[in-house]
Amino acid sequence: MRDVAVIGVGCTKFGEHWDRSFRDLFVEAGALALEDAKLSGEKIDAMYVGNMSAGRFIEQEHIGALIADYSGMATRHIPATRVEAACASGGLAFRQAVIAVASGMEDIVVAAGVEKMTDVEPGASTDALTGAADREWEGFVGATFPGLYAMIATDYMHKYHMTREQLAQVAVKNHFNGARNPIAQFPNEITLETVMKSTMVAEPLRLFDCSPITDGAAAVIVAPLERAREFTDTPIKVLATAQASDSIALHDRRDISTMDASVAAGQRAFKMAKLTHKDINMVEVHDCFSIAEICAIEDLGFCKKGTAGKFTADGETALGGKIPVNTSGGLKACGHPVGATGIKQVYEIVQQLRGDAGRRQVENAKIGMTHNVGGTGATVAVHILGRV
Amino acid sequence: MVGIITYGVYIPRYRIKVEEIARVWGANASDITGGLGVFEKSVPDMDEDAATIAVEAARNALLRRKVDPKDIGAVYVGSESHPYAVKPTACTVGEAIGATPTMTAADLEFACKAGTAGMQICMGLVKSGMIKYGLAIGSDVSQGAPGDALEYTAAAGGAAYIIGNDDPIATINHTCSFTTDTPDFWRREGQNYPRHGGRFTGDPGYFKHVKGASNLLLEQTKKTPKDFTYAVFHQPNAKFPQKVAKDLGFSKEQITPGLAVPRLGNTYSGASPIGLAATLDIAKPGDTIFVCSFGSGAGSDAFDITVTDAIKDKINRGAAPSVEKLLQNPIYLDYAKYAKHKGKLVMQV
Amino acid sequence: MTVARFWRKIPQRYNLVGTKCTTCGRHFFPPRTFCPDCRRNGKIVDHKFAGFGTVVTYTVIQTEPDNFSSPGPYVLAIIKLDEGPQMTTQIICDPKETKIGMRVKSIFRKIATDGESGIIHYGTKFVPVE
Repeated sequence: MRDVAVIGVGCTKFGEHWDRSFRDLFVEAGALALEDAKLSGEKIDAMYVGNMSAGRFIEQEHIGALIADYSGMATRHIPATRVEAACASGGLAFRQAVIAVASGMEDIVVAAGVEKMTDVEPGASTDALTGAADREWEGFVGATFPGLYAMIATDYMHKYHMTREQLAQVAVKNHFNGARNPIAQFPNEITLETVMKSTMVAEPLRLFDCSPITDGAAAVIVAPLERAREFTDTPIKVLATAQASDSIALHDRRDISTMDASVAAGQRAFKMAKLTHKDINMVEVHDCFSIAEICAIEDLGFCKKGTAGKFTADGETALGGKIPVNTSGGLKACGHPVGATGIKQVYEIVQQLRGDAGRRQVENAKIGMTHNVGGTGATVAVHILGRV
Repeated sequence: MVGIITYGVYIPRYRIKVEEIARVWGANASDITGGLGVFEKSVPDMDEDAATIAVEAARNALLRRKVDPKDIGAVYVGSESHPYAVKPTACTVGEAIGATPTMTAADLEFACKAGTAGMQICMGLVKSGMIKYGLAIGSDVSQGAPGDALEYTAAAGGAAYIIGNDDPIATINHTCSFTTDTPDFWRREGQNYPRHGGRFTGDPGYFKHVKGASNLLLEQTKKTPKDFTYAVFHQPNAKFPQKVAKDLGFSKEQITPGLAVPRLGNTYSGASPIGLAATLDIAKPGDTIFVCSFGSGAGSDAFDITVTDAIKDKINRGAAPSVEKLLQNPIYLDYAKYAKHKGKLVMQV
Repeated sequence: MTVARFWRKIPQRYNLVGTKCTTCGRHFFPPRTFCPDCRRNGKIVDHKFAGFGTVVTYTVIQTEPDNFSSPGPYVLAIIKLDEGPQMTTQIICDPKETKIGMRVKSIFRKIATDGESGIIHYGTKFVPVE
């Protein structure tokens, strides 16, 4: 098994891109990544693309072929594969690319993620996202995606007595960070009051606890570490890749407010990298809803179970805190084009490790982590990346 | 002897007061309550319909007595608000109580007497030995046109009867009917609301047929009103059953236990079946019950019923809610919520 | 939901017919045909659940999914059936009265309707036990 490095990254602005199509978004992200790696397209050996639901959003399947074609790679007949695990599609695409290079099967591989969510009516968008849960036994009987995370929040708050205000601080912090991220969907900081007064979606979650509907694409290029300096002066090594699964339905989990798949993937990643949470300088976690970030930082071991609310409210996850979480603004402020998020997380960590994170730069960033979740925790992908 | 094996009722929890409906249409509430003797009516929840009500009533019947659903050989649901014009409510009920597949079934419509018509059909099938048990249900979520007189009383509810001849809690000693072609109240296919002939629904409708069937029953059984402990008449409002009882020679005391309409409204196909159930809820072995339903179109079914010892020994009435219990602790709606519940608001499709 | 897909699970939807692994005694609702503990050694049979349970967690959903028969706000909960498995369901009660640990029992209601001309999807919801 070879060591793998990220040699180039690219990401579109995240937002409601009425004037840009699925193909436009992908091509832009891909082009940015190639430029960043100073690579021409002919060098690409394979592509993996994470996309949750092009079939529901733009009535298009066969995304691997589409992406290869519109990136100008189809005439070279490279293997192009779409990977899907709901909101963890991007994280899985990255892992597949890393495995392809690590195994020696491929050399230069693109891992991309793209989602175009605004080409359908809002109701259809929400309904498509319910496919990340158990359609038959959760969606059909009245569960909406926010409803499922709201039940996680109710369970967590009942057991650990986190306050509503502490939970809201997750969104406040993420907007603070997002305001410093040029690609973020929401460039505005918000206050605690904004969150607490926003419309109730599913008790106790309000509008500002929920990540938005977003269009966007991101792409990263991986290569064997031993060749990385052919392409970049700042190769970023993939120290660990891990993935875990759990029951698709929330009602079948061992503990409603613990994502065992996050715990498993996190432990596997730390073991592979021979590191602990103390070695991580910043982490991008999957805050599809504010409660998800609370559970994530505990599940990954950054604080004890039941303490993440206070940990956040005390500023420990802010830019200057003990462990900055979601310097990109997270899914909440940066936006959540479902399939692209996992790749965007890698993009953010790479920016941080290269020292290119501008106003949201974490000092002495050496090792970063990404955490990408599908559904209510049925798939989790965790990666650890480090400066070489 | 053929009779009632067990029975069950279901009434939705929501109500609207007559005075609230009157408020919206600018009518005088006390004129209406005074004229009809009805104070409030039941309203179905947004996810209830004649089928869900029929299922709950049937399940309540089965809670009271151990009957193997596989022994139910026929299911008939009478309603004027079947959820489908084509696809029987009876099949959904049969499936939901575990009686399928070895049973016959069909849906019935005869305005407010489709439930009692079902009981007669089951009696025939049981008496002839064709089936062991038959399930007859009257269930409705009836509609009254906004601003029409019927809006004050058109209510939701249902009752289920399992008919058999194996230790009935009440024997049905005799039944007879009086039926004519009378256009007192009708609804054309595809129309949302029924129409009616106003005062024509009284004498040529209700009174003619209820008296017709009642007198026929008394004649055929050689009984008089005084021979009965209780009497249940169809109750579109409180006045009609009180008047017909008096005209026929029944007393106020005889009809009171079975008169649910003041607090329930007219549950159409459920009306007489619920009135009978309310009477069975308090009846003792040996009590005799006279029942006469009425359905517009028009017709009446009359029954001569005797309560047996089995009502004490063979069923547990307390295992399912009584009519009185179902009438308690209602949740009141204003007219806007009521209109939303009844589908009177045209939504974007 | 298409007619065949709805129909295939009617015993589950109307009557809470799940499964049980007679090898280890574990109950499953929704039903599983493969026991995760015993795997190929598990002998699976049908099991009709009694319809009683306890609320584990819940939320009040403001906007219902398309075609759902109960408009928001409504209570959605995960309940633990007395026989062991947990399931997701609507609870018909005043949202303010919902409590973790509340006892509930099954009732028959409409779940969804396939538009104005499609079929009605009936099924099981829960109400508080009085």
